[in-house]
Amino acid sequence: MSSAVSLQISKPIQFFTSEYALLRNMPVCAVRIILSPPYEFMTKQQKVTQPHLEVVKTRQLLFGDLWDYAPSLEKPDHVKLKKHYDLFIDGKFVPAKSGKTFKTINPANENVLATVSEAGEADVDHAVKAARRAYEKVWSKMKPTERAKYIYRIARMIQEKARELAIIETMDGGKPIRESRDIDLPLSAAHFFYYAGWADKLEYAFPGRQAKSLGVAGQIIPWNFPLLMASWKIAPALACGNTVVLKPSETTPLTSLHLAEIIQEADLPPGVVNIVPGFGKTGAMIVNHADVNKIAFTGSTEVGKIIHKAVAGTQKHLTLELGGKAANIIFEDAPIDQAIEGIINGIYFNQGHVCCAGSRLFVQEGIYETVIRKLEDRLQTLRVGDPLDKNTDVGAINSREQLGKICELVESGVAEGAKLHQTNCSLPEKGFWFKPSFFTDVAQSHRIAREEIFGPVLSILTFRTPEEVIEKANNTPYGLSAGVWTDKGSKIFKIVNKMRAGVVWANTFNQFDPSSPFGGYKESGFGREGGLHGLKAYVELI
Amino acid sequence: MIHTTIDQVGIEERVARLATRSIKTSAKLAGLKLALSMIDLTTLEGADSAGKVRAMCTKARYPLPGNSDIPSVAAVCVYPNFIAEAKRQLTGTDIKIASVATGFPSGQYPLSIKLTDVRSAVQLGADEIDMVIDRGAFLSGHYRKVGDEIAKVKEACGPAHLKVILETGELGTYDNVRKASWLAMEMGADFIKTSTGKISPAATRPVTLVMLEAIRDFWYETGKMIGMKPAGGIREAKEALRYLVMVKETLGDMWLNKDYFRFGASTLTNDLLMQIMKEMKGNYQAGEYFTID
Repeated sequence: MSSAVSLQISKPIQFFTSEYALLRNMPVCAVRIILSPPYEFMTKQQKVTQPHLEVVKTRQLLFGDLWDYAPSLEKPDHVKLKKHYDLFIDGKFVPAKSGKTFKTINPANENVLATVSEAGEADVDHAVKAARRAYEKVWSKMKPTERAKYIYRIARMIQEKARELAIIETMDGGKPIRESRDIDLPLSAAHFFYYAGWADKLEYAFPGRQAKSLGVAGQIIPWNFPLLMASWKIAPALACGNTVVLKPSETTPLTSLHLAEIIQEADLPPGVVNIVPGFGKTGAMIVNHADVNKIAFTGSTEVGKIIHKAVAGTQKHLTLELGGKAANIIFEDAPIDQAIEGIINGIYFNQGHVCCAGSRLFVQEGIYETVIRKLEDRLQTLRVGDPLDKNTDVGAINSREQLGKICELVESGVAEGAKLHQTNCSLPEKGFWFKPSFFTDVAQSHRIAREEIFGPVLSILTFRTPEEVIEKANNTPYGLSAGVWTDKGSKIFKIVNKMRAGVVWANTFNQFDPSSPFGGYKESGFGREGGLHGLKAYVELI
Repeated sequence: MIHTTIDQVGIEERVARLATRSIKTSAKLAGLKLALSMIDLTTLEGADSAGKVRAMCTKARYPLPGNSDIPSVAAVCVYPNFIAEAKRQLTGTDIKIASVATGFPSGQYPLSIKLTDVRSAVQLGADEIDMVIDRGAFLSGHYRKVGDEIAKVKEACGPAHLKVILETGELGTYDNVRKASWLAMEMGADFIKTSTGKISPAATRPVTLVMLEAIRDFWYETGKMIGMKPAGGIREAKEALRYLVMVKETLGDMWLNKDYFRFGASTLTNDLLMQIMKEMKGNYQAGEYFTID
């Protein structure tokens, strides 16, 4: 490069450089010199005016270890994990009739936590029979005020054991202890409290109609919020007078089985709640059992479609809460720093294992560069590591299988031409981990903009006008949730009313409350959980 | 300029989230010492006297006599009448002398008097000037008047560093805090500071985070590093650590030093010392072991 050019660049670099960075010899920004036409072909005039600097990498803040947080582990010593867990059927813990067991591991270090009995055909039948008997003889006949007392008791006991359950949830599933402690556990208890209150007030929920319980509810829940999903399903079912056969996921059965212990301790009549761990085929046995009146499933759209077909032509009631690819829309007039937090919370909460995760970010073009720059800096402050450390923000990926799915989709994003941005953090050697990531230069047609990644990976797209973003946001087979960020109230109302999504958050994201209904449009499923609407899924209105 | 509004619920949620950081063992001790080194030890009372200022300056140099690994504080902050006394006490140390000026704490004086106030404080030996903005003018929308005053005060400061006190407790909204922060930075502030300590509420964590984010955006735009000083109402070591967490996770390592972050405080010092000793010795010592100056 000729010396004439370096004279041109000296001033702007001074301007962009901070004193601190210079003193410490830190990289401040990378610049590229654009020469057009090439220097040797320039006229004299062009040599003065043409060469210009383009900032190819902006200055970044330095998030190092000048003052690093020491490890602050939530100690698991007082947690009584058993070596083996049995099925919970008819009020008792029983081994599987086949004698089959499977292992559940800690995804943060791949250590085996316990073995668990795997429910087969005979066990599912046993559980459904127990549930039927409990329904006919006890639960459906019980005074609603008495039913409520049992549900309250479960809620109180979850609160009492919250710390232990939070640790187990974190060890079995990989989520940070901060989340299981501050979100999963309080919300689980809150759902039982909330629905306990409804048990004797169903006639007020549906004025002029009579709400009749359905019978035996078969419930299949995922691994992303194991105890919380069990609570979402069990609490309204019990409040409405149904009995339950619940299958937790094979990767996270432990908190459901500890909930079974609570249920036993709460003296719930035998058979009212039965918990039968197993894999997909155990779930299929519940779905296909002739004496089940209602199926509630939370999980992938793929499995949801199979279940939908399986119950077609039967008397079974069905609710499905499936996948999502939520649009999180940031307008130019948004409170940007709070929106950045909303983006972070929207996609990196629970490692992105959230069906309503804000995985498609739409940024209005006028603030695109600002948002990307802030996101890049914010990403560096996410603490990835030991889920039991109270300062961990992003924990372990739930399973090897899920990690494989995430990697496959991220590779497709890179191959299709999107630009991958990741944190600089180092990852533990053992266990399943993925760096919090986001993609820029994403097109609507990329797989990473269409398919649910279910991991800590965000796809960023841009838009120019409200009409454009409404069209793009709704241009997905899913419709579970969405987010809108703007300081303008009228714009919020305009956009939320046009979003084809079950939940739309305005100037916030991933907020949950038992009194608020949750559920999807289109391929994200049907039926609502939570709130008064959640009762409807467990009653027949006469 | 990065124009943005502040969502009250959002900023308070973020502050609450950052407050869940668990600072233990080595991180705690390092944080406590860091906080101590960032203190502007302050006395701003009508009853201040040379004797009081002398005592405070001694405390500033040797917060815990006999412990060589305890840092001295960053600065002392006094009324202009005591700059000379502080200067006598602190010559030869690297402890800075900050003086309030510009008709502190109300700022309701003619500009000429404010400028004279500043020039005289600098002449007497103040290294740093803590000015107040005219909140009355700010709240009635006369931003140009507020901005011009800051620019003129900056000019009058000469080599002295300028800290601009926004008195956030009187500004009413986070949006105003953001606006005032930006105005002060554009007009030449070296530091922006929350409060005089004469108005309640003084420094709060959400207000401080709004200002830290404004400082970050200003750096994004200009590359110029502005310092931050929350002042008033920070009395406990634990609270000081929460402020440091906000600095660490908003602005990063470049701001984690006394050149760019200060605490305006007095009683905080002894709680920091008590906690430092607890971390070093393993148990709490009685309050009587720490001097009240």
